[in-house]
Amino acid sequence: MFEVTGVSKTFGDLQALREVDLSVHPEQTTVLIGPSGCGKSTMIRLMVGLVWPDEGTVTYKGQMLTPANVLSLRQKMGYVIQEGGLFPHLTARKNVALMANYLGWAADRIDARIETLATLTHFPADGLDRFPGELSGGQQQRVGLMRALMLDPDVLLLDEPLGALDPMIRADLQSDLRSIFQTLGKTVVMVTHDMGEAGFFGDQIVLMREGEIVQIGSLKNLIQNPAHKFVTQFIHAQRSPLESMAPGDIAK
Amino acid sequence: MTRTPNTTTPAKFTALCILFCCLFCTSAQAQEIVVGSKKFTESVVLGEVLSHIGRSVNASVTHRRELGGTRVLWNALIAGDIDLYPDYTGTLSREILAEENLRDEADIRARLAEMGLVMSRPLGFNNTYVLGMVETRAEALGIRTISDLKKHPDLKLGFGNEFMDRGDGWPSLQNRYVLPHQNVSGLDHDLAYRGLESGTIDVMDMYSTDAEIQYYGLRSLVDDLQHFPIYNAVIVYRVDLIDRAPQVVREILKLEGLISEKKMMVMNAQVKLEKKPEAQVAADFLAKNLNVQVKIKKETAGARFWRHTWDHLTLVGISLFGAIVVSIPLGIVAFRWARGGQIILGLVGIIQTIPSLALLVFMIPLLGIGGAPAIVALFLYSLLPIVRNTYAGLHDIPVGIRESAAALGLSDGAQLRLVTLPMASRSILAGIKTSAVINVGTATLGALIGAGGYGQPILTGIRLDDIGLILQGAVPAALLALIVQGLFELFERVFVSRGLQLKGEINA
Repeated sequence: MFEVTGVSKTFGDLQALREVDLSVHPEQTTVLIGPSGCGKSTMIRLMVGLVWPDEGTVTYKGQMLTPANVLSLRQKMGYVIQEGGLFPHLTARKNVALMANYLGWAADRIDARIETLATLTHFPADGLDRFPGELSGGQQQRVGLMRALMLDPDVLLLDEPLGALDPMIRADLQSDLRSIFQTLGKTVVMVTHDMGEAGFFGDQIVLMREGEIVQIGSLKNLIQNPAHKFVTQFIHAQRSPLESMAPGDIAK
Repeated sequence: MTRTPNTTTPAKFTALCILFCCLFCTSAQAQEIVVGSKKFTESVVLGEVLSHIGRSVNASVTHRRELGGTRVLWNALIAGDIDLYPDYTGTLSREILAEENLRDEADIRARLAEMGLVMSRPLGFNNTYVLGMVETRAEALGIRTISDLKKHPDLKLGFGNEFMDRGDGWPSLQNRYVLPHQNVSGLDHDLAYRGLESGTIDVMDMYSTDAEIQYYGLRSLVDDLQHFPIYNAVIVYRVDLIDRAPQVVREILKLEGLISEKKMMVMNAQVKLEKKPEAQVAADFLAKNLNVQVKIKKETAGARFWRHTWDHLTLVGISLFGAIVVSIPLGIVAFRWARGGQIILGLVGIIQTIPSLALLVFMIPLLGIGGAPAIVALFLYSLLPIVRNTYAGLHDIPVGIRESAAALGLSDGAQLRLVTLPMASRSILAGIKTSAVINVGTATLGALIGAGGYGQPILTGIRLDDIGLILQGAVPAALLALIVQGLFELFERVFVSRGLQLKGEINA
C-alpha cells in the first residue's frame, strides 16, 4: 500500500529519518513504535504528505507522492491525531461532513453516511450537534475517527490516537478501534509509544530508534527473536508492575 | 483564493484612495473660493470677515475654519485647497520662510510672488507676541521686561504648542535673552490663560490683540531686546484668485489699513468674552466700516449636531471599512510568509508610533485638507490592531488542527476559508473592535485639518473656553465609541461560532 524507499529527513540539526525503507501491506495494521524522537511521527506524516523527504520516495499504491497529487491522494487516506484534531468552531456533525460538503455530496448521502459511522464508532446520536468543547476526550476521538472515515478511504493513519485518554476510556476505545479495523478491513498505520497497544493492534510492529528501523515483526517475533539488545530493553521497559506479578500472554 | 489578497491589496488601496479624492476634492471650481483660518479667535473672525465679503459679491465661499496651525494653512494654500487666509508678516518672515532671511515686507512680497502668492498691504494692526504675567505677581517680583525673568529662574513658563517650536518662538527667545528656565511646558494657547489665572504657570506667550490681556488684568513684559519682529496682519492669497474672482479680491483689499489694533481687540473680546458668534461679529464690523450688509445663515443646534455626526461617521466608516478590507489579507500574508510577515508587522507598528497631528499634516501635500487626508490617516492608524490580531489568531491555532485540515485534502484556500479564518474570527473581531474605538477617538483630531466631525465643537470649545461646547463633541464621541463597540459585540455573538466561545475549548 505504502512503499517508503531510502527516505532521509532532517529538521535543522535533527536527523529524523536515515535512509529508511518500509512496506505497508494492504488490509493489515502496521504499528510504528519507539522512544520519543525516533522518527515514528515523521514517518506517518511523510505518508500523508505533511512533510516531504529530503531524499528517497514515498509511494501510495504505486503512485509517488508529490505536491501536485497530494491533495487528491489525501482524500483516499484518513488521518487522525491525538485528541482528534477537531475544529472547535464546528459541531461534531460538521467536522465529520466538512470534506464531503466541500466535495459537494448531497445532504441525504452525507446524513446516511454519518449515521452509519456513528453506529460503527458507538458515537451517541445526540452528540452529533455538540461542539468539540462539549464532548469528552473519548467522544472527541470517535468524532476524529468518523471524520477520517467519512470518504471511505483505503487507509487510516493514526498518530497516537489514544495518547491523551485516561486508562478506562482508552481500553474501551482500543477494543472498539480493533473491531472497527477488522470490520472494515482497512489498511491501518498507527503510531504509539505503548508496547501493549502495539501488540494489541499490530499485525506488523515496526520498532524504531534514532531515525532508523531496528526490527519489523509481530510482538511474539520481537520478544522471541530480538534483532538487537535494544528490542528486549524497550519491551522490558514497558512492562507494568502488574504484569510482573501475574505474568500472562500480553499479546492478548 | 489564498494568493489573491496579496495581489489585489495594492489595487484596492489605490481604488480606495481615488474614491476618497472624488468624494472630497471637488471644491476647486470657478466661482467657488475657499477661505482658511487658524485655530485662534482672531484668525477665525478675520476668516469670517473675508467670507462675508466674498458672499456679498455673490461668490460661493467655503470657510475652512480653525485649521490646526500655520503649517496646515500654508500647505493647503500652496496645494490650492484654500485660496486665501489671514496671516502676519512676522510669521511669514520668521516662521514659514525663516531660512530665507527676509528683512522687510518688500522682501516677503517678492518671495511670495515667486511662489504664485500675493500678500495684501497691512490691515492696520500689529499682533505681536508678548510674554504675559498676572499683574500682581509681576509687580511683587518686580518684573517689567523679559530680561527681568532671568532673575527668577524658578518661574514656570507655559507656551502655546506652536510657539514652542516656531522659528521665532521659545528656542530663539531663550537664546536671545539667555533665559535659564527649566520648567517650560507646551499647552494649548487658549488653555494657557486658564493656567495663568490658576497659578499653574507664571508666564505665557500672548498675542498682543488677545482680549484676555485686559480681562484677566495681565502685564505684558517689555521686549527690551526687540526679539519679536512686527506681526502686521495681512491677507495672503493665490495669484490665480485675481483672475478667478477679481471682484472678490478688489473688495477684500478694501480691508487694507482698515482694522486698527483697537478694533481688532474689540472684536476678539466680543467673541471670547461676550460669547458672540464670530460670523455676527464679522458682520457687525463690515456693516459699520464698509457698509456691507450681510445676512447670517443661522444653523440650529440640531442641524449642527447632525452635520458633525455625519462628518464623524463618514470619517470613521470609510477609514475603518478600508482598514478591515486591507488588514485581514495583510495579516494572512504576514502569517503565511514568515520573513515578510515580520516586515509587515514592523511597518504597521511604525505607522502607529507617528503622532496623529504629524501624520495629518504630512498628508496635506498629498491629499489637501478636509476629509480625504483625515480618512487616510485614520485608515493607517486602524491597520495595526487588525493586522496583528489576524496574525495572532492564525498563529495561535494549534499545529495539530492546522495539519488535520491539510490532511483532509482541503486546498490552501479552503483551509483558510473553512477552518483557520473562522477559528481566528474572535481574535480578528477583537482587533476590529480595538481599531474602531481608537478610530472614533482619533477622528476628533480630523477637525484640525478641516475634516469636521465631533472634533469641531471640541476645538471651538477649547478656543472659547466653553465647557458646554466641548461636551457637545466629547460626549457624542464617547457614546459613538460605545455604540460601535456594542455593535461589534453583537456581531460577534451572531457570527462567531458558539463552539469558540466554550470554556472547555480544545487546547493542543
